[in-house]
Amino acid sequence: MAFLELDRVAKQFGAQTVVDDFSLAVRKGEFISFLGPSGCGKTTTLQMIAGFLDPTRGAIRLEDKDLIAIHPAKRGLGIVFQSYALFPHMTAAENVAFGLEMRNVPRTERAERVRAALAMVGLAGYEDRHPRRMSGGQQQRVALARALVIQPSVLLLDEPLSNLDAKLREEMQIELRQIQRTIGTTTILVTHDQNEAMSLSDRIVVMSQGKIEQIGSPQDTYERPASAFVSQFLGKTNDFAGTIDRTGTPAQLTAGSWSGPAPAGLNGPVTMSIRPERIGFGDAGLSARIVTRIFQGNHWLFQCESECGSAIVIRQNDGKPQPVEGEAVRLTWRPEDMSVRARTVA
Amino acid sequence: MSTVAEERNARAPWALTAPALILFVGVLLIPLAMTVMLSFHDWGQYKGIEPVFILKNWKEIATDPYYAEMFWRTFRIAILTTLLTALFGAPEAYILNRMSGRWKSIFLLVILGPLLISVVARTLGWALLFGGNNGLVNKLLMSLGVIRSPIPFMFTETGMVVALAHVMMPFMVLSVWAALQRLDPQIENAAMSLGAGSITIIRRIIMPQIMPGVLSGAIIVFSLSASAFATPAIIGGRRLKVAATLAYDEFLNTLNWPLGAAVATLLLVALVLIVIGSNALIERRYAEVFR
Amino acid sequence: MRRNGPLALIFHTIFVIVMVAPIVVVCLVAFTPEGFLSLPTNGFSLRWFRAIGNYPEFIHAFWVSLGLGALSSFVALLFAVPAALAIARYRFRGRDALAALFLSPLMIPHVVLGIAFLRFFTSAGFGGSFAALIIAHVIIVFPFALRLTLAAATGMDRTVEMAAVSLGAGGWTLFRRVTLPLILPGVISGWALAFIQSFDDLTMTVFLAAPGTETLPVRMFLYIQDNIDPLVTSVSACVIAVTMTALILLDRFYGLDRVLAGKGDTGR
Ligand SMILES: Nc1ncnc2c1ncn2[C@@H]1O[C@H](COP(=O)(O)OP(=O)(O)O)[C@@H](O)[C@H]1O
Ligand SMILES: [Mg+2]
Repeated sequence: MAFLELDRVAKQFGAQTVVDDFSLAVRKGEFISFLGPSGCGKTTTLQMIAGFLDPTRGAIRLEDKDLIAIHPAKRGLGIVFQSYALFPHMTAAENVAFGLEMRNVPRTERAERVRAALAMVGLAGYEDRHPRRMSGGQQQRVALARALVIQPSVLLLDEPLSNLDAKLREEMQIELRQIQRTIGTTTILVTHDQNEAMSLSDRIVVMSQGKIEQIGSPQDTYERPASAFVSQFLGKTNDFAGTIDRTGTPAQLTAGSWSGPAPAGLNGPVTMSIRPERIGFGDAGLSARIVTRIFQGNHWLFQCESECGSAIVIRQNDGKPQPVEGEAVRLTWRPEDMSVRARTVA
Repeated sequence: MSTVAEERNARAPWALTAPALILFVGVLLIPLAMTVMLSFHDWGQYKGIEPVFILKNWKEIATDPYYAEMFWRTFRIAILTTLLTALFGAPEAYILNRMSGRWKSIFLLVILGPLLISVVARTLGWALLFGGNNGLVNKLLMSLGVIRSPIPFMFTETGMVVALAHVMMPFMVLSVWAALQRLDPQIENAAMSLGAGSITIIRRIIMPQIMPGVLSGAIIVFSLSASAFATPAIIGGRRLKVAATLAYDEFLNTLNWPLGAAVATLLLVALVLIVIGSNALIERRYAEVFR
Repeated sequence: MRRNGPLALIFHTIFVIVMVAPIVVVCLVAFTPEGFLSLPTNGFSLRWFRAIGNYPEFIHAFWVSLGLGALSSFVALLFAVPAALAIARYRFRGRDALAALFLSPLMIPHVVLGIAFLRFFTSAGFGGSFAALIIAHVIIVFPFALRLTLAAATGMDRTVEMAAVSLGAGGWTLFRRVTLPLILPGVISGWALAFIQSFDDLTMTVFLAAPGTETLPVRMFLYIQDNIDPLVTSVSACVIAVTMTALILLDRFYGLDRVLAGKGDTGR
């Protein structure tokens, strides 16, 4: 049964539709990411769940109760804002205690829970600091503690790590995942960083221009992107134009001089997506010429010009000799490593 | 950031500021010093100003209760004006800040615009509105049932405070406005998500954060009100004197310049001390939190 | 962001009405057809605007104010622009003290300035002259000219200048072709704000003006001291119209809250 459910939610600002037909069922304890480019409506969706914006259409339910009817102050959700939105005139402890005060938690219990929450995010000893005297990472932790201490039914995170530098961001990703695993709070993370989404989430909701492109596990969305947008957005990919011919048996899929068995359910022109690390050099396959070869430590990156347009190939640096620039090669891959979509011919 | 040019020429800043510095020393600092000196000179109806060093004027101000009363009135009016602007200006700034883009800029223009309109014209407007016992303000208040019989506004402190509060209001709104701009736009949502209602949000989250803005606005309004001239002169008339109008009288009517200079010097010193003192207090109070 | 509730909107409406009421009343009374102060209930009339023509003192005072404002603001900028550039770009000993000195006319009550200048110019032997008024006004508008120029100079991208230097520009050419155009919006706004300050000043000028050099606010003030009649409202209405025009232009050109932010800080 769905714990949090969004049912055909839409949001319009004037004539502009910013979120459209958004349906999602979140299970209890799940870690979900909304992933998409800036401006695609992630924050808007999150703010509708939080109650800061009212949906134009659709329903939001939490444990089968209509969430939209509940005032944002009564929803009991924990939110971490991109800017953290800490109360600058309060110390870290006062910030964390605020939500408990609003719930009339007795003083002694409050102090104990504040202490525990700050300890959980690794800020024991920083109780009396004001936010302006803390680093970005520390402020981020205070914001997290403040959201978690009220034991929210759902934790909403709006690009919580985007203001941190790369190294700190990775540390916080690991920590965030650990904390979420330990306390098991259902979590929705908004991000435009596909690595962050993939390394943290149980499921990813890929969004583009207010619409859901795909919902699936990180592996699923990466290996079997449902659209060209998804395959482009989740890391590098090669798109080749191919054709399926069902006149013979078995049906054949051909792209240039590469051919293999055709997947079921498709016919005529198709697009094949293959991740660069899944392509190898072989004796048969798509003919190509290496244009540039870049050494990147643990792997090699090749840019090739093939029969079906330019292609990128990534090979593990296993110490064996690799093709050089200008060399003619054949590109091969296993049929199960590609995802095939119908292609509309203009 | 430093450039080659800067390192090569350490005298450049002095060359650039020298003309202004000479101007300020020549026609600001010297005249001010002359005024302080003037307050120690003697004056007589027939002999005029005598350039001697005596404490006569200062003694007169210190001993004659007329001056104590006048200074007390000046500061009382300034304090009431400050309270009035804070009481109405701060909520207005908050409301203004919550308006949507177009209305916000229109009303900002309407409220801040008067700042640049001649004080004489604005005070004249109040004189028209007050206009004796059957002025518009009294008629309106009586028809609304706020008051039974007309309140005298012209030639009273009440009238002065109301008109001054109007003149000074933009400074307060502007100062609180500036403080509101520094707020995190999500701060109210953050408080709400933790369970706070609108009263709690205003009392616990907004007020503490805009307090520095209110206080610095208060300092501006207080010091400008305490030294205001046009409004007290027009609304207060010839009898109800404040420091600025008294000094004006001494200079241009009685012609007792040394006494007028003493009043002015005292006003200047008192204001500078109050402004510097309260700024220091505010800074100390909020240093921990906002710096 | 949450919307304003009905109570807030009622408060706001009353607040705005009170803020504009005195200004509106002045402008309305100016159109009265009667010979005494009254709201124009029996139709509008321009008789009191025409009546200004019979009082050459007001016309003369207007020209004095206009010339004084334009000239003193311009002279103030001649001193303020180099000073602002120095303060914006160099870290030198005495920099903060200099900035404080240049902004100090904001903190000194204008009565005190009026008295000080009256004493000074009378002793120097040219009290009541137009030159004395200009010098005094340069001092009181200087902080406004400095503030806006300073803001522009501080916000300017210095690498543009460095690029110009690398291309061979230097000294006066650099200033005229690169620096000045870049800070020009700030300089012009500084001039406009300074002009308005000078145009409106009563408190200091009332000490310095002599019969031939009375400015418009001084003339109006002295007139009101004797009696308040519709003539002074029609003069005020003209002054308000001039200021409003300048204000709207300034708002379009630079943003009023930005211009005024430089003014709201006087107590700091
Ligand atoms: N209050 C608003 N009024 C009008 N348009 C808005 C408003 N808030 C967001 N938008 C628009 O909605 C779109 C989605 O915004 P947002 O949800 O913030 O995107 P994301 O968080 O994915 O970057 C953007 O095009 C933005 O300009
Ligand atoms: Mg966003």
